[in-house]
Amino acid sequence: MDDNTEPLLVIDDLAVEFRTDEGVVKAVDGAAFTIDRGEIVGVVGESGSGKSVTAMSILGLVKSGRRVRGAIRFRGRDLGTLPAKELRSIRGAEIAMIFQDPMTALNPVVTIGRQIVEALRLHDKRLSKAAARDRAIELLALVGMPDAAARFKQFPHEFSGGMRQRAMIAMAIANGPSLLIADEPTTALDVTIQAQVLDLLKVAQQETQAATLLITHDLGVVAELADRVVVMYAGRVVEQGDVTTVFTAPRHPYTVGLLESLPRLDRDVDELHPIPGSPPSLLAPPPGCPFHPRCPLARDRCRTERPELRVVGNGTAVHRTACHFAEELAAVPTEVTR
Amino acid sequence: MTVETAAAERLEHLGEEVLRVEDLTMHFPIRGGVFRRPVGAVRAVDGVSFAIDQGETLSLVGESGCGKSTTGRMVVRLLEPTSGRILYRGHDLATMSEDELRPWRSKTQIVFQDPYASLSPRMTVHDIVAEPLRVQGRYRRGGADRVSELLDLVGLQPEHANRYAHEFSGGQRQRIGIARALALDPELLVLDEPVSALDVSIQAQVVNQLRELQQRLGLAYLFISHDLSIVRHVSHRIAVMYLGVIVETGSRDEIFTAPTHPYTQALLSSVPVPDPRLRGARERITLKGDVPNPANPPSGCRFRTRCWKAEAKCAEEVPALEDRLGTGHPSACHFPELLPVLPTSGAAS
Repeated sequence: MDDNTEPLLVIDDLAVEFRTDEGVVKAVDGAAFTIDRGEIVGVVGESGSGKSVTAMSILGLVKSGRRVRGAIRFRGRDLGTLPAKELRSIRGAEIAMIFQDPMTALNPVVTIGRQIVEALRLHDKRLSKAAARDRAIELLALVGMPDAAARFKQFPHEFSGGMRQRAMIAMAIANGPSLLIADEPTTALDVTIQAQVLDLLKVAQQETQAATLLITHDLGVVAELADRVVVMYAGRVVEQGDVTTVFTAPRHPYTVGLLESLPRLDRDVDELHPIPGSPPSLLAPPPGCPFHPRCPLARDRCRTERPELRVVGNGTAVHRTACHFAEELAAVPTEVTR
Repeated sequence: MTVETAAAERLEHLGEEVLRVEDLTMHFPIRGGVFRRPVGAVRAVDGVSFAIDQGETLSLVGESGCGKSTTGRMVVRLLEPTSGRILYRGHDLATMSEDELRPWRSKTQIVFQDPYASLSPRMTVHDIVAEPLRVQGRYRRGGADRVSELLDLVGLQPEHANRYAHEFSGGQRQRIGIARALALDPELLVLDEPVSALDVSIQAQVVNQLRELQQRLGLAYLFISHDLSIVRHVSHRIAVMYLGVIVETGSRDEIFTAPTHPYTQALLSSVPVPDPRLRGARERITLKGDVPNPANPPSGCRFRTRCWKAEAKCAEEVPALEDRLGTGHPSACHFPELLPVLPTSGAAS
């Protein structure tokens, strides 16, 4: 059943906590964003921003964490309240995942071919072995695997890093998912291989028309691939909007800081402007705005009152920021626009 | 000797050659059979030459397995080269005995990539930074003051000295690693992916710190990195490596704005640029396949198996690293071509 009044995926005020010896880690603290059918949404943030935990929560893959608040609705159904069996039938079929490290995501003692066949037949019980085999080889060829029929019989360790990532993409798109979650899909790869895999992700997206949630710390990858971008900091969404708007007219001081601190490949930059300090501890996040200890705009209100996401700008695309003083950023040229 | 007096000495020698590496090779034996006899060799570095001047940054760039880190480790003699010469201010380090080498070792120091693995969890920051001084017998005379001075130099507080490495963030740990490397007043630092493990906002802090230290102390850097954006920001000169050899070398501008080797061009065109307006405006050269096995590199030009220009000559003849086009910088390609692949963004200065 498809509820057409709502986006494909809605993440609504999600909060996930981990209990540790030192206390409760608020890894995700009120994250909210949506993904429409067929669009590519990039979620960016540094280590500890909560981007991966948010992504893993969608498929209920955060084992030790506890969802304390919020909902994750896929086609109108709350994935958090689904019985395990139903969630299993969605995983790998309607929603598929591409992990950062294919070596740990693939089973080392099963051939690549059998793993894809298994993924296919798990969700389509009527598919014969021979038909699944043909389809698997077709998929391997689609992801640019030379000599797919021979590769079908090989084990993951016989593949290079780039080839393993291709195999994992083949497996992810095997059942024609409507949502692909790619968690740092190119981070472990060398740059020439990364270029191949980024091209392939575009192909896979066009082929399946799947919406894609791209989790990455690499702003270049987002600029290259995403339609919209969600910026996370300390477990919260601090800014979101279409990719060009957020990169050229950022309205959150953290986004501005991220873009300013990047060295550029395409031009000489006299001096990098790092964000002072380091990200806050999630055991005891600062009150008010989590970015205030590092923010050049911070004043009393920021220390006490938590800014909620609100619409900024006058663009037609919805651009939101969680900053009390976002309007003051309008006059500041950024490294990207400079 | 304080940091500043040592720096003043170095600053007088700015531009003088500190290090020269000639035809350096590192072949790791592959052993096989019952008797573990060598049955082949991984040719990690296969004839690399370069020089670095005082106050200068030379970057070695390339992908995994190109031999850049192995080269760095040979320069600080953590690895014994298979052949070739390492000349430090004209003295050949590669042939020295361990005893002869000791005074020279302090001149070149290394900072490692992983600030989590390279600092002992059982030692306080003070002890970590003091260790090189103790090893060289220099701690007794003013060692404690020296450590405070070093911590101050890299932007750490004096009270940090009594803490343990795990109490620090990645960026601060890397500063501790830099302070340790500076303890013996080195002239050359080998920086092996020093910021690769750090988040971007922290990366910029450490990169700025390294640049400031270089200017203040007149240090020479051998900067090893796979991140071309950072390399553009920190380097004076660059050597691009592929499968154990240098394929192109030149000044920062020569490499970034006038690359002539197809591999350099492919590398530059592959890096995603954080400007969505350039999407589709850049022509990306996507290489086919993977890097070949360094135990059995292709004949002739090592890049030929992935090169779109390869011809019969490339399989037969090893291309020398020379300036065939008169661009002022050499590249190891039989058919070099000047091809600026980077976008010049509309609003760029």
